[in-house]
Amino acid sequence: MVSRLATHIRSISANGGKALGVFVTSGFPTPSDTLSILKAIDQGGADFIELGMPFSDPLAEGLPIQHSSHVALAAGITMRQTLSLAAAFRKQSETPLVLMGYANPIVKYGISNFFRDARSSGVDGVILPDVLPELDSPFLMSARAEGVDLISLIAPTTPDIRIAQIDELSSGFVYAVSVTGVTGSDLGSKTQIQAYLERASVVISHNPLMVGFGIRTHADMVEMTLHTDGAIVGSALVRVIDTLWADQLLSSEDRLEGVKSFVHELKTGSMHV
Amino acid sequence: MNQHKSPKTAGAGSSESSVPPSSVRPTPLPPNSTPPTMPDERGRFGPYGGSYVPEILVPALQELVQGFSDAWVDPAFQLEYHDLLSTYVGRPTALTFANRLTAELGGAKIYLKREDLCHTGAHKINNTIGQILLARRMGKTRIIAETGAGQHGVATATVCAKFGMPCVVYMGSEDMERQHLNVMRMRLLGAEVRPAISGSKTLKDATNEAIRDWVTNVRNTFYIIGSVVGPHPYPQMVRTFHEVIGNEVKSQLQKAERRQSPDALVACVGGGSNAIGLFSPFLDDVGVKMYGVEASGEGLDGLHAATLTLGEPGVLHGAMSYLLQDDEGQVALAHSISAGLDYPGVGPEHAYLKDSGRVEYLTATDKEALEGVRLLSQTEGIIPALETAHAIAALPTLTSKFDKNQIIIVNCSGRGDKDMGTISTYL
Repeated sequence: MVSRLATHIRSISANGGKALGVFVTSGFPTPSDTLSILKAIDQGGADFIELGMPFSDPLAEGLPIQHSSHVALAAGITMRQTLSLAAAFRKQSETPLVLMGYANPIVKYGISNFFRDARSSGVDGVILPDVLPELDSPFLMSARAEGVDLISLIAPTTPDIRIAQIDELSSGFVYAVSVTGVTGSDLGSKTQIQAYLERASVVISHNPLMVGFGIRTHADMVEMTLHTDGAIVGSALVRVIDTLWADQLLSSEDRLEGVKSFVHELKTGSMHV
Repeated sequence: MNQHKSPKTAGAGSSESSVPPSSVRPTPLPPNSTPPTMPDERGRFGPYGGSYVPEILVPALQELVQGFSDAWVDPAFQLEYHDLLSTYVGRPTALTFANRLTAELGGAKIYLKREDLCHTGAHKINNTIGQILLARRMGKTRIIAETGAGQHGVATATVCAKFGMPCVVYMGSEDMERQHLNVMRMRLLGAEVRPAISGSKTLKDATNEAIRDWVTNVRNTFYIIGSVVGPHPYPQMVRTFHEVIGNEVKSQLQKAERRQSPDALVACVGGGSNAIGLFSPFLDDVGVKMYGVEASGEGLDGLHAATLTLGEPGVLHGAMSYLLQDDEGQVALAHSISAGLDYPGVGPEHAYLKDSGRVEYLTATDKEALEGVRLLSQTEGIIPALETAHAIAALPTLTSKFDKNQIIIVNCSGRGDKDMGTISTYL
């Protein structure tokens, strides 16, 4: 089956552009904010959106996304609510949507039930940073049965031979973690990252290649997409949302406008939408 | 020599495939059969175990699988490991006949395996000695660890001092308060203790922080995990380093009672390393009954840490096992008076041993554990750790199920000095 997400990213690359994926935590700051934040990200120009399914123990996350996950859980977000929010967004936009989360809430939900409900909610793909790509994994088998992309990750420590295997098993795209670290880490030496991304781009042949972790600005995005089809921004937006929603002087329209212009600036380098 | 055989791993012929959904459980073993050799080559104990980790760690875990299996069959490694166990840790630890406790309870003969006599006061150092030798052999220059009660943190800081390696220990900020003495011990030993301030601020969160550190510094850092938990090969490797406990019991029992096997083994279970170390060499011996004792805290209807008793299969800290969790799959807060048992997960091999029926898992409350401290202190002159006291607390009921000529061995996993603050508020 041809991945709608992969096709979308490839068509952007083919026109000389770079895809922007934007992450936000579902239910952050509250479940009732999420749908309007998704729409603001969409209007700001994101090429696809990653909706984070909060987990109590998100071990690949740095402080901003840990914090947003705990706030969302305290506000009562559930897996079913996140799937309903995805479905509500899908009714209003064709922009590809990916869910990102951890194994345990999905095991608890029921792996095949989860992928069935993700598909019927219009979700394009799923990213699970603590599930390794294996041919006989029940996560991969359920995702394939439902025609949902299971997007696998590579890291600077991943040898070429394993990158090739991961490329075989992944669909939608391959997610290159920029640095050894958690989300929101400092990028450090960019020449080192470039060398790794170039190496990965040569090995990967089945999927588009997206880079994420530590990308905060349009300038980062330009630099990090030299050898990739696009970049993903998460922690930086979560920080922006945290600041906007803490400012009692702002109206909810102002806050959503802030989200929209942040995404627009990431995509274009210009503040004005 | 028993200890010199290579770590028990099934070969490529294993029929284990992938992790089945949580509803799938292994069928109980037929009576009088021996359990299959576990784990398989992917680190699975039936549906449990495996590796649920960020991709960044995969090469490091593969390197560790190889490094450990090479080291374990290397006579030079064995020589140094056993030399340190004897001249530094103080092994073999005694097997003490608990004559007054036996008389008090009026049932089976009780022996105590005295892991409390190990250097640093608990069994934990059997494992940290093994892992630091491996770290040095693999060329790693920095050590990290997580700790709950602080016993594993102290055991890690100790071997880092002995080997001259920099050491960072993650500890929940809440635990740093309740186990302040151990924080001071670790600092005196030269380790940096970093507070984990997220979530419940206990062992679970300290483990998250240690994994995040490892993900960031994986190239030069060795993560010394303190129990039979975590991704493959940790549950197998930590078990192997603690099997010295059960192996010593075999020869000591031969001397004391002219028999190789006891009738029953009893140990407390948090992550489950002291229990696995005692049980593992006897698993094939179907005549030996085994009891793991979990912490039921305030009671099974209140806050507790009885993961195997009341948890459900799930994924935490790199492995599938039983887990305390809510209806949404969020990890629940555990509670026990003993910081070392205050953990919502448990080693994957215990999950397998529970489902197969090979080990029976019991519980003891905070109150019963305190009674256990008093009982052992006043009958045997041994003040046990609060963790160990849970195993003691199970004895009054257990011993009555056995004849007077039968033998029960209890793992006296640690000494109670560290808990005097907690204990004194209840006495």
